[in-house]
Amino acid sequence: MSTILIIADHRDGQLSTATRKTVRCAADFDADAIDILVLAEDGAEVAAQAARLSGVRRVRYVNHPTHAHPMAATAAPQIVAAVKAGDYSHVLGSNSSFGKDVMPRVAALLGVAMVTDLMHVTGAYEFQRPTYAGNAVDTIVAPADRILVATARGASFEPAAEDGDAELEALSLDVELPTHTRFVSTDTHTSERPDLGTAPRVVTGGRGVGSEENFRVIYDFADHIGAAVGASRAAVDAGYVPNDMQVGQTGKIIAPELYICFGISGAIQHLAGIKDAGTIVAVNKDEDAPIFEIADYGLVGDLFEVIPALTRAIG
Amino acid sequence: MKVLVTIKRAIDYNVHIRIADDGSGVITDGVKHSVNPFDEIALEQAIRWKEAGTVDEVVAVSIGNAACAEQLRTALAFGCDRAIRVAHEEAVSPLTAARTFSALVESEAPDVILMGKQSIDDDNGQTGQMTAALLGWPQATYASTIEINETSARVTREVDDGLETLDIDLPAVITADLRLNEPRYLKLPNIMKAKKKPIEESSLEALGVEADTSLRVTHTAAPAPRKPGVMVDSPEALVSELKNKGLL
Ligand SMILES: Cc1cc2nc3c(=O)[nH]c(=O)nc-3n(C[C@H](O)[C@H](O)[C@H](O)COP(=O)(O)OP(=O)(O)OC[C@H]3O[C@@H](n4cnc5c(N)ncnc54)[C@H](O)[C@@H]3O)c2cc1C
Repeated sequence: MSTILIIADHRDGQLSTATRKTVRCAADFDADAIDILVLAEDGAEVAAQAARLSGVRRVRYVNHPTHAHPMAATAAPQIVAAVKAGDYSHVLGSNSSFGKDVMPRVAALLGVAMVTDLMHVTGAYEFQRPTYAGNAVDTIVAPADRILVATARGASFEPAAEDGDAELEALSLDVELPTHTRFVSTDTHTSERPDLGTAPRVVTGGRGVGSEENFRVIYDFADHIGAAVGASRAAVDAGYVPNDMQVGQTGKIIAPELYICFGISGAIQHLAGIKDAGTIVAVNKDEDAPIFEIADYGLVGDLFEVIPALTRAIG
Repeated sequence: MKVLVTIKRAIDYNVHIRIADDGSGVITDGVKHSVNPFDEIALEQAIRWKEAGTVDEVVAVSIGNAACAEQLRTALAFGCDRAIRVAHEEAVSPLTAARTFSALVESEAPDVILMGKQSIDDDNGQTGQMTAALLGWPQATYASTIEINETSARVTREVDDGLETLDIDLPAVITADLRLNEPRYLKLPNIMKAKKKPIEESSLEALGVEADTSLRVTHTAAPAPRKPGVMVDSPEALVSELKNKGLL
C-alpha cells in the first residue's frame, strides 16, 4: 500500500491536464491515499480544482511569492519538507518541463533514485518506462524500504475524473529558500489554438514546409479541423516555428486521436513523440520516407497540392 | 574560470537498436557508440568559451568502463585541456553519476558543470539536477543560450510554453538543450593529437562514492507494435477513410 504525494503543475490559475493524468497514474500504485501539493503565489483556486479530482484525499497548498514563477531551486526544498512532514511513500510529478526539472532535485535531496516517464504501473514498486526514444521498454522493480520519486508520462494516462471532493489544507513550511537562482523573464506564445500537449487532433509540419511563411498553410489546415499545431526539430531549428512546438524524443510526447504530419521524414527521434497517437496520417512527397512505415494512412504527394485538396474534400 | 563537462558514451543516435531475445537488455556489443549528442553540445559550448577567453580550463569527465576512453578522446579533440575517466564496470545510475560529479568538485573546483540535458539511451534527464542538489548549487536546465561572467550566468531555457530566463550565481550546473549550438566537425589533426594525450584515471572507490543500485531492471522488451498501415492514392480517399473512422 502506498501514500502518494503529487506535485501539481499549473499556470495562470489553472491546474494542468498533466497533473490530472498523474493522479490517474497514482491510482495504479495500489494507493491508500493520494494527496496533491500545490505551490503557488496564491494557490487556493488551483487547489480547489485539484480537490475535484477523483481519488484524491487531501490537497495541500503553500502560498509563497517565489512560486509566482516556479523554479526547481526554491520548489525542491519545500517539496522535500512536505514529503517528510506527510510520511509519504511515493512522490510523483508530471513530465512537464517543470516536473522534469524539479523532481530529480527532490529525489537527490531525499537521497533516493528516481524513475522518469512512468508509462505503466503494475504494483506499488513495479512499473515500466521507455528508453531509447521509446524503442525499448524496461520493467523496473524499486525497493519498498525508501521513498519512490517518479514522473508520469502524460501520453500514457487518461486524466482523472472530476467527481472528487478532497479536503483542502493551507500549509506553511518553515524552509529557508536559496537566493542563488532568480527569475528574469518568460517569452511565451499564447495561442487561440488547442494545446499541443493534450489536443485530440494535431497537425505538424517539418522541413518540407520550407519556410516560416509557408507554415501558414499548416496553421490554416489545422484551424480548419480544430487541431493543435506542432513541428519537427528540423522545422524548429530552421526558425519556421518556436521551440515549444517541437514534437519528439526531446520535445513534446503526445497521444492525440488523430495526428497528421506534412513534410516530415520520420526520424526515430520524431517518432518517439507520436507512437501513442490513435491514428497517424503522413503526407510526404518521397514514397520511401520512413514515416510511411509507422503511418496508419500514407499519401505520397506534394503538401502544397495535397492540403488544398484535403481542405476541399473535408468541406 | 574552469568548466567541467560530463561525457556519456551512448549508442549513436542513428543506430536502430536491437533488444536481446531473452529480455536482458539492449544489445550494445558491436554497435556504434558516440558522445551522447547533448553532451557534445555542452562540450562545444565549453570550448567556445575557452576560445573566447572567458574560460581558462575545460576538463572532460566520463564514468564507465575502458571503452569510454574513446569518447574522452573525442572531448580532447574538441579542445578539452584534460580528461578523467572514473572507472565503473556496471551500469551508472543518474544518482551514482551525480554523486561522482559532486565528489569530483572537491578536487577539481569548477565554476560550472556543463552537462547534456538527457542521454539518449536511458532518456532519464536527471543527472544535472541531482548533481546541483547534492552540491547545493543552482541549476539551469534545458539551456538554449548562456551569457556567463565570473560570478553569475544568465540562462535562457526551453520550457513547455516557450522560453524562460534565469539568473544564477556560480558555481552552478547548466544542462544543454538542442539549440544551444551546433557542434563542430572535428579535424583529423586534432583527432590524431588527441590520441597522444593522457587520460587520467579515477574510480568510485577513490572518490569515496557509493554506487546506487536501488532500481532493478528486470526485463527489457520492444514496445507493442502498431498495426500495419495502408497507402491511399488521393486526398479524397484519405478524407473518406478518416470520415468513415469518425476521425473527421
Ligand atoms: C539528440 C537528438 C534529438 C532529437 N530530437 C528530436 C525531436 O524531439 N523531434 C524531432 O522531430 N526531431 C528530433 N531530432 C532530429 C531528427 O533526427 C531529424 O533530424 C528531424 O526529425 C528531421 O525533421 P524533418 O523530418 O522535418 O526533416 P527531414 O528529415 O529533412 O525531412 C523532410 C521531409 O519533407 C519531405 N518533403 C520535402 N518537401 C516536401 C513537399 N513539398 N511535400 C511533401 N513532403 C515534402 C521530404 O521528402 C522529407 O521526407 C533529434 C536529433 C537528435 C540527434
